[in-house]
Amino acid sequence: MNHQRRGALKTGSGLGVFSLLLAAGMIKPEMAQAAWNKTAFEAKTLDAALAAVDAGKPVESADVVITAPDIAENGAVVPVGVLSNIPKTEYIAIMIEKNPNMLAASFTLPEGTLADVQTRVKMGQTSDVYAVVKADGKFYMSKKEIKVTLGGCGG
Amino acid sequence: MSMNRREFMQMLAIAAAGGMSLHSSFARAEQAAGALYDMPKFGNVSLLHMTDCHAQLLPIHFREPSVNLGLGSMFGQAPHLVGDQFLKHFGIKPGSLEAHAFTYLDFVEAARTYGKVGGFAHLATLVKKMKASRPGALLLDGGDTWQGSGTALWTNAQDMVDACKLLGVDVMTLHWESSYGAERVKEIEEKDFAGQIDIVAQNVKTTDFEDPVFKPYVIKIINGVPVAIVGQAFPYTPIANPRWQTPDWSFGIRDDEMQLAVDAARAEGAQVVVVLSHNGMDVDLKMASRVTGIDAILGGHTHDGMPAPTVVENAGGKTLVTNAGSNGKFLGVMDFDVKNGKVVDFRYKLLPVFANLLPADPEMAAFIDNMRAPFLEKLNEKLAVTEGMLYRRGNFNGSWDQLIVDALIAEKDAELAFSPGFRWGTSLLPGDTITMEHLLDQTAITYPWTTLTEMSGEMIKTVLEDVADNLFNPDPYYQQGGDMVRVGGLQYSCDPTAAMGKRIDNMMLKGKRIEPGKTYRVAGWAPVSEEAKDSGPAVWDVVANYLRNQKVITQRELNLPTLKGVDGNPGLVL
Repeated sequence: MNHQRRGALKTGSGLGVFSLLLAAGMIKPEMAQAAWNKTAFEAKTLDAALAAVDAGKPVESADVVITAPDIAENGAVVPVGVLSNIPKTEYIAIMIEKNPNMLAASFTLPEGTLADVQTRVKMGQTSDVYAVVKADGKFYMSKKEIKVTLGGCGG
Repeated sequence: MSMNRREFMQMLAIAAAGGMSLHSSFARAEQAAGALYDMPKFGNVSLLHMTDCHAQLLPIHFREPSVNLGLGSMFGQAPHLVGDQFLKHFGIKPGSLEAHAFTYLDFVEAARTYGKVGGFAHLATLVKKMKASRPGALLLDGGDTWQGSGTALWTNAQDMVDACKLLGVDVMTLHWESSYGAERVKEIEEKDFAGQIDIVAQNVKTTDFEDPVFKPYVIKIINGVPVAIVGQAFPYTPIANPRWQTPDWSFGIRDDEMQLAVDAARAEGAQVVVVLSHNGMDVDLKMASRVTGIDAILGGHTHDGMPAPTVVENAGGKTLVTNAGSNGKFLGVMDFDVKNGKVVDFRYKLLPVFANLLPADPEMAAFIDNMRAPFLEKLNEKLAVTEGMLYRRGNFNGSWDQLIVDALIAEKDAELAFSPGFRWGTSLLPGDTITMEHLLDQTAITYPWTTLTEMSGEMIKTVLEDVADNLFNPDPYYQQGGDMVRVGGLQYSCDPTAAMGKRIDNMMLKGKRIEPGKTYRVAGWAPVSEEAKDSGPAVWDVVANYLRNQKVITQRELNLPTLKGVDGNPGLVL
């Protein structure tokens, strides 16, 4: 375990994952500004969220891989990762069907970037989580159910 | 009837000589005992496996379930078989010693005939016997070892830590161990276990950077063969148990990472790879179908005593999946024949530990006596006498849990009560005295607080649906491995085959339908949220009070839901 790294980053805790990415030089601020899409983040339904990012009806693809727990340990911070194996991936969005606002995160990737992103999302209840990927102008998606449970009563 | 081992053997001899049959197979029991434990050695790599002993250092009774439903693809499959269906599936003779060990059939009569099971002193004798016939054999412990008794709780797990070192455990993985808190687990790993017992768990990572918390696996050389033991802790520890006890640890199934660990162990030269797992058997079966390169998954958590492994085919070959029961009742013996760098054949047996057929190991017996001495007065307090059999295990209820919810309703002045669907907890026979120790066998946890909550009818339904889905979700990766929450006062119907949110119906309280908008006083215990710390007196104090007042505990009527959709299920005898 890298205690030094942990110590260094703890001092910056509260800044959030996004700031860490900024600090690490992985995403430039102007890129983030460009990526902000008010309509999309305020969309209340899956169709509206997809429309707001111009995704229409994306094709389901096994090359879009969601890494997330089957049952969330803490609905307030659920780790979700998306890996796209589709060449020329330029954009990745994470949508949570049962959340009040569907779009939880979107990433704009500069050309040549490894299309492998991770974030933490908040979930109030069990829901399908969608990864929407834009590659070479076309949209793809995959989904995974993440269960949010009351807990207790095990074993 | 209680006999020591010598009396028991003498009686068997007399019975055999006279051709008597006290129990249908009583006369053959001595022969059976010899055959049981004189298991011929096979191959060149042997692993002994115990799991889920739940801190039971002394011999006990443990009744196996009569309700263990398998749904969808698990219908009628091991481990979801009970009673006669279980015997038929595994080819066990009805009325035999094994039939008593593995099923609930004729439980009271057979328990009186064959006596208690488990106990570390008797288990130690069996371990020594197996190690003597199998040089180099390792002893693996699947976890749920440090929790389940008054002494484990009061010594902060030290009694079990020392007992396991004395027993000769080589490698272990975790579940309830974590309920002593992350710091205590690491302290035991780094101090008590250093140089003797390895804790392995590939699926425990830090919540921030996903750094490993424990070694994912260890490689041990057995008779010149490198053998990897990969650890898989209970994946849903911070959900089923309080998250505040391990706030910086994340668990999960993580089968992609399991594949990486197996591949890494093979690359390091392992010729045999076994997973020491606390997934629960259904999860192990699914994992075995997805991850390649594992020779065997030695499993626990669901307390399924499986006489034979299930063989699972996957893209890389075949993986054996075992499950070794609970409460110190069994020792699994896996013999591998390893030739030219790979496993070519195996033999497996799950040996029941009958205290009357295995003399106590003097060193372990002395350790247990010394450790217990300062606590004896508290442990031996007589609370009541039970007229009926008391047991816990079963998908929906057990008489011990019925007693607990009855006590909660009475003592907390509640309309209804919930008790968690735990699978640990020993059994008592009709006429037995219930001591404080027995009560602690059902309740000794590090978050024992009782609760009294005003709950809406809608919330009550949500709770029942939530737990039912943790048990009956068709995909094992979404199951948590406990049983259904036990309810007192409330009647309901349950269709385990229905979808999430649609299983529970007809909720009634004293002949009236539960109304979604109305509030009800609900008692419970073992709250997992941090806010509920110290919410009320410990459950053992509440139930002890009830028992002292009752003095005699009448046979409990089990409050069971009306079941739908499971007629003819081989995992159900009501």
